[in-house]
Amino acid sequence: MNNLKRLLRQESVWIPIISIVIGIVIGAIVMLIGGYDPLLAYSSLVQKIFGSVYDVGETLRQIVPLILAGLAVAIAFRGGMFNIGVEGQIVMGSLGALMVGNMIDLPPIIHGIVAIIVGALFGGIWGALVAIFKVKRGLNEVISCIMLNWIALYISHITIKAFMAEAGTSRSQMIHDSASIQIQWLSDLFNGARIHWGFFIVIFILIGYYYYMNRTKWGYELRAVGYNKHAAEYAGMNVSSIAIRTFFISGAIGGLIGTFEVLGVFKYMAIAANTSGTGFDGIAVALLGMNSALGVFLSSTLFGALYYGAQGMSFGADVPPEVIKMVISIIIFFAAAPGAIRMFIKMFKRKSKREEG
Amino acid sequence: MAQPETVLELKGITKRFGEVVANEDISFALKKGEIHALLGENGAGKSTLMNIVFGLYQPTEGSIWVNGQEVLMDTPNRAIDLGIGMVHQHFKLVQPFTVTENIILGMEPKSGLRTDLKSASSKIRQLSEQYGLNVDPSAKIENISVGMQQRVEILKTLYRGADIVILDEPTAVLTPQEITELLAIMKRLASEGKSIIIITHKLKEIMEVADTCTIIRRGRVIDSVVVKDSSPRELAEKMVGREVRFKTDKSAADPKQPILSVKDLKVRGDNGQMAVDGLSFQVRAGEIVGVAGVDGNGQAELIEALTGMRRVEEGEIDLDGVNVVNKTPRVVGQSGMSHIPQDRHKHGLVLDFTVPENAILQTYYKPELTKGGLMDHNAAVSLAEKYVKSFDIRIPGLDVPVRAMSGGNQQKLIIAREIDRRPKVLIAAQPTRGLDVGAIEFVHKELIAERNNGKGVLLVSFELEEIMNVADRIIVLFNGQIVGETYPDQTNDQELGLMMAGRRQGGDSN
Ligand SMILES: Nc1ncnc2c1ncn2[C@@H]1O[C@H](COP(=O)(O)OP(=O)(O)OP(=O)(O)O)[C@@H](O)[C@H]1O
Ligand SMILES: [Mg+2]
Repeated sequence: MNNLKRLLRQESVWIPIISIVIGIVIGAIVMLIGGYDPLLAYSSLVQKIFGSVYDVGETLRQIVPLILAGLAVAIAFRGGMFNIGVEGQIVMGSLGALMVGNMIDLPPIIHGIVAIIVGALFGGIWGALVAIFKVKRGLNEVISCIMLNWIALYISHITIKAFMAEAGTSRSQMIHDSASIQIQWLSDLFNGARIHWGFFIVIFILIGYYYYMNRTKWGYELRAVGYNKHAAEYAGMNVSSIAIRTFFISGAIGGLIGTFEVLGVFKYMAIAANTSGTGFDGIAVALLGMNSALGVFLSSTLFGALYYGAQGMSFGADVPPEVIKMVISIIIFFAAAPGAIRMFIKMFKRKSKREEG
Repeated sequence: MAQPETVLELKGITKRFGEVVANEDISFALKKGEIHALLGENGAGKSTLMNIVFGLYQPTEGSIWVNGQEVLMDTPNRAIDLGIGMVHQHFKLVQPFTVTENIILGMEPKSGLRTDLKSASSKIRQLSEQYGLNVDPSAKIENISVGMQQRVEILKTLYRGADIVILDEPTAVLTPQEITELLAIMKRLASEGKSIIIITHKLKEIMEVADTCTIIRRGRVIDSVVVKDSSPRELAEKMVGREVRFKTDKSAADPKQPILSVKDLKVRGDNGQMAVDGLSFQVRAGEIVGVAGVDGNGQAELIEALTGMRRVEEGEIDLDGVNVVNKTPRVVGQSGMSHIPQDRHKHGLVLDFTVPENAILQTYYKPELTKGGLMDHNAAVSLAEKYVKSFDIRIPGLDVPVRAMSGGNQQKLIIAREIDRRPKVLIAAQPTRGLDVGAIEFVHKELIAERNNGKGVLLVSFELEEIMNVADRIIVLFNGQIVGETYPDQTNDQELGLMMAGRRQGGDSN
């Protein structure tokens, strides 16, 4: 209880909360101007999320990749680097999982585990490449990330077409049933929502992220490098290898997103013209969640719920789902420009002080 | 006779950070045309008080009066509007910009839509001449010296119309020559009617320029004295509340075998030139070798090369029988080298880490602190507590970022950590920069104790007084080379000064 009080006294905690409120309020105002009923819109949004067990399950399914994307971005942020290559790492993770799931025969359970490990590895290696280019050749990670995103996409196209093409469609063949990580009985319980083992693995990863960052020597090194590279060097840390390690982990988490989607949700990989965008959502999640495990969990829950609930909004109140995109953008805007909110807090504080005195 | 008017008055200022009381019921008055020094131990609350005057912090209690009017100082912009300027210890300049661009940043004069650089730069030139600042408005910040950058900061406050200029430890980063020049500039400003508040730990400077000195101890004003009726001894005693010694007692050195041998060392600076150009010297166990010299003559590069942070082009570094040329900082450290870095914010500390996290910065990976990758938080905390206790470090709390510590206490934390590594050789670069007289005395004692324990100490300092007081042997660096070697009892400030200007020992000019 005391801890909670202390937490709430910190300004940094209020910034995301106020951002969210502002986003929702501005969203409502825009709906009013557009002639929609914001109350109906928001209530149908909430109804959509909690309307049925199926919807709850599907909302959760929406949240899982966001948590992972948020963590992938957050770990790089904490190390003072920017991973906007999660998109590519997702693709490589999907591809790795698909190859194991489709091209290899293994007994059930083992098949899934191997596919998950390979998917994470593919993503991790793809991420590590970014850091290797950075430390060996001084290439800015933003540039290499974007290039690697496209390279990953085309590698996946080529590989699928060459080895796993499903004739007459623009997608791959399905993975073997033995590689599926869907939890059938739970899915049945949730009326068919696609629930998979990734849900539980994600919880482990969240806790693991917290421990890694705050309790292990590797997390200590990572934070030191992120805060002050010069001091880290002075302290005898190998800044280059820490960067590579960090990007490997970041990429592996990114890879798991694709892995879970392939093994637990879709069972195949589409030959799409573009990447999914989940990696970019991760930037917003990490930002709003202030790169902490709990923050990422909360903010991805919010975004996932909003995304999923937006469908209900257009259904129930005829509001275009783009409004929710706008609300999310406003939240991100204020979370990223905390100066505006700080001013707000300061004004508020001064006022309440005057009233006291 | 008309009394000079009071331009700034603080009444009953109290500032609390959570449970920490940084300022308590402080009253303070600044007169027009006065140079007013603030003196106090590390962590006494000087910077906090000035940050309140400049609108960076809000006082918990008390009021601020400018020219007889009570004001609400809620932002630095308000302070600037009221004619108050502040030069922080860490400059806030944009390196690739010119002097003019930096000065007008944020308040660019416009003619139509375009920025009117011409009129700005002529105004800057005129101000610079008026106060004898000697600043070239078109020079780029990255190309001018630290002392010059500081003058740009002063000029910036003047350009914005400051009548009250606050300088927070301005001389800590300057060479003796630059200090003399700064003091002259301050007098000039005061004679033109500007009022100046200067924070400094150097009593000599206070005696030289200040009219009044206000002494703060643990957040409270102890006294405000007229400087010309006082003495350094009185000031120091008021400040620490006990008698202080100015000269460190030390027994004669008893040097043993060489423990650090440097031979024909060549190291490049950032610009690619040889910054260390064929240095050879030795430090013996049980000896403090002082490296004297004007900043920028290869000291930084020498230290970085010795500690593994910069590539050695040629030469040998032998640390008690181990060749440490081009080894990583970790390996060099493990071979027995400790390093108190010159720039504590850049290298010495991670400012966003807590006290325990900084206490373990060099040793976090050792089995006492980490087992199987998991760090032992309690061990780090007890280490930090040990340092805090044995070095009298004043902190607002263990689990706050060291950013919230006063500058001098940050330095003490680094020194405690580096000495605790039980090195064979301790490299101390400007170890007392920003420390109060009491703390300086303490650090000097520690360095001498290390030497008495048979360690080799390499003391790099730009302050002759420190070198003369503490070193057993002195080498003088100029242009990356050693131009002289002497002993404190066989030389004097004049001779050292000449050598530091490049005159080789024995008289032949270089
Ligand atoms: N933001 C902050 N949060 C918490 N405590 C703070 C903060 N800023 C300063 N303090 C505390 O207030 C006290 C006064 O600090 P201040 O920086 O004013 O000292 P100072 O007199 O300038 O010392 P120095 O000579 O070492 O620079 C210290 O105990 C410091 O730790
Ligand atoms: Mg200070």
